Amino acid sequence: MPNPASLGPPPLPPFRLGGDARREGVRALLRRAMARLEALDLPEPERARIELVLAEVLNNVALHAYGDRPGPCPIRLTCRPGIGNLAIGVCDSGHPMPDGRLPAGRPQQINLPLADLPEGGFGWFLIRGLAEDLQYERRSGRNHLQFRLPLGRSG
Amino acid sequence: MVSKWAYAFGDRNDPSGRVMHLSAQAKDRTCLVTAEEERLDAAAALAFKEAMRRLPETAGHIVLLDLSRVTFLDSSGLGALVAAMKALAPTRELRLAGLTPPVRKVFELTRMDQVFVLYESAEAALDACLD
Repeated sequence: MPNPASLGPPPLPPFRLGGDARREGVRALLRRAMARLEALDLPEPERARIELVLAEVLNNVALHAYGDRPGPCPIRLTCRPGIGNLAIGVCDSGHPMPDGRLPAGRPQQINLPLADLPEGGFGWFLIRGLAEDLQYERRSGRNHLQFRLPLGRSG
Repeated sequence: MVSKWAYAFGDRNDPSGRVMHLSAQAKDRTCLVTAEEERLDAAAALAFKEAMRRLPETAGHIVLLDLSRVTFLDSSGLGALVAAMKALAPTRELRLAGLTPPVRKVFELTRMDQVFVLYESAEAALDACLD
């Protein structure tokens, strides 16, 4: 009978990180989250994929939820490792999503003359492509975003 | 004609990392620009665009951006590259070299690898461009 402990990556307890989007910035918060995830010893492409999604989500909070709003810009990130995935929660008290919904994140039209190429709008496309079970809720004046990052897939 | 040039835009003491350091060198008719920072992300995007706007004039129309030191690029960084390419046009063409695997992945996911000319390395790029 295989020992369940020998299957999959070593366990990582759930963790929660708090930071400020403006004071320390997304980079620092992201670095702290990735440092925690080191314990999973993920293959590099997977680690990079996770870092990208987290960066896109945190950037979105900093840029769109908080924008130029004065004052603190708290962000709370929670991570709960599960079977074959990480359950991530991101909470902020910035502006709600327009229309109370997540952006569709459709692929950009890029078959265009150079001068018309988009410089933005890639973020939600990347998030939707890399994250699963994306859910957004506005609750008690806060944005709550949840999603799952699959682990153990190749590429 | 510039032979060697370096530009640092931003404040290294800024903990949020809003800095971009570029160095550039004219190689025959191309301008080889090296991104000296590891992250081309939201924090660095503005500084990168500003730095690219300050590239010295060089003969020849190709600007080769060596990204081999960049180990992280997000959608903001990608947008900054598009902006730089547009700003250099029409007189100059931006091409990219030495994309590390995580950076290349972003280009593939967004299909922007079909928009930019990409080379495996600065050396391969210079070989191809110098004719």
